[in-house]
Amino acid sequence: MHSPSTISEATLLLKNTDDSKALAGGQSLVPLMKLRLVSPAHIVDLGKIPGLSYIREEKGHLLIGSMTTHNEVATSPLIGKRCVTLSEAASRIGDHQVRNRGTIGGTLCHADPAGDVPAAAVALDAELKVAGHRKGRVIKARDFFEDVLTTSLRRDEILTEVRVRVLPPKSGGAYLKLGRGASDLATVGVAAVITLDKAGACKDVRLGLAGVGSKPIRATRAEDALKGRAPTDDLVAEAGERASEMSNPSSDIRGSADYKREMVKVYVRRAIRQSLARV
Amino acid sequence: MILLSPPKQIDLTINGQKYSGRAEPRTLLTYFLRDELGLTGTHIGCIVGKCGACTIILDGKAVKSCLLFASQAEGSEILTVEGLAKGSQLHPIQEAFWEHHGLQCGYCTPGMLLATYDLLKRNPNPTEAEIREGISGNLCMCTGYVNIVRAVKSAAEKMAPPKKQKARLSRASAPLRR
Repeated sequence: MHSPSTISEATLLLKNTDDSKALAGGQSLVPLMKLRLVSPAHIVDLGKIPGLSYIREEKGHLLIGSMTTHNEVATSPLIGKRCVTLSEAASRIGDHQVRNRGTIGGTLCHADPAGDVPAAAVALDAELKVAGHRKGRVIKARDFFEDVLTTSLRRDEILTEVRVRVLPPKSGGAYLKLGRGASDLATVGVAAVITLDKAGACKDVRLGLAGVGSKPIRATRAEDALKGRAPTDDLVAEAGERASEMSNPSSDIRGSADYKREMVKVYVRRAIRQSLARV
Repeated sequence: MILLSPPKQIDLTINGQKYSGRAEPRTLLTYFLRDELGLTGTHIGCIVGKCGACTIILDGKAVKSCLLFASQAEGSEILTVEGLAKGSQLHPIQEAFWEHHGLQCGYCTPGMLLATYDLLKRNPNPTEAEIREGISGNLCMCTGYVNIVRAVKSAAEKMAPPKKQKARLSRASAPLRR
């Protein structure tokens, strides 16, 4: 267990140790260790590094420090006002205790395909600021998630900040989740953002799906069904159908693949309607 | 390769008292509290963060002590179930659980009490739905939660600031005076 006090110390430790894992809030990593699914030789605890927990608005973006907890994200009036999709996604993670410890950076790097925040990040075109041993970079959420529990982070890299564009006027968003009671990941989760133009047509539509693939899915074909058109019931239903076609769920303890595909239709429709109601 | 690191000293404040003990890097906070410090009021259920029996208040927030390494709690302030009562005077939350029989076997109770403590601090007058959401990280395998929800409601009433109660009383008695 290493407890570095700066980011550069942490990246150096990650670079110089074999089989090491960065520890943020520990709400995913510690259970995985208890279940002996992972057993890293080294843990680099990021909890003692100051300045990684903040929420602020700058030049049309929300900037969120990677060690900001889910409850801090969920209850931030700023995020609630500027990007409700993210607030709702954070509020649906686990339970209150887990949200008190779990962090936005941790859940993104854990990259569970059924995670709530990863789907929101993909829908929001979030930019992920990463520090490395030699240099930093910014990774787009779409390029960040590669596979189940796998991201494009290199061994010595640490996620330090999540950047999300503030939604323009005439926008609405939502995150809706079907889950088995508290504490569970999404059976199906849908993150939505919609911006209307003056005539009431959809100027921008972005949909992220959780729980129905090996990584969060951006339902682009469903978005295309709505873009440039006024969102009628038929088009909303069409978007649901297309999102369902794009999803690739597997049957597991949370439900059969067929059931999940049906639920994608339902939850995409609901998420779009909820977003429209908030414009 | 298994690296065994030596135990490290950990200092922290629990229930207003300074404690120190030694823990290996891999030791979870919940084991540290129970085995090293002898504070066995904090129960261990699932040990993977699902059941909530090990809930404590860490620096003012409810957390599951099985999802933290002891070393992460270095320098922190913790409230465990042992810190709720003042001597033989039960905390109002404990009283309410007693009166409404908000337990059967009692295994989940320490966690329930502290989840309730956290909930009522954030939301002193919760609705039933808010209570159920507030304790959704805590599993009870006996009661079906009905009496627990009643107990939390009653605890909220007990803990309501006395000013409000007086205001309610004086308002109620006002028509009589007229």
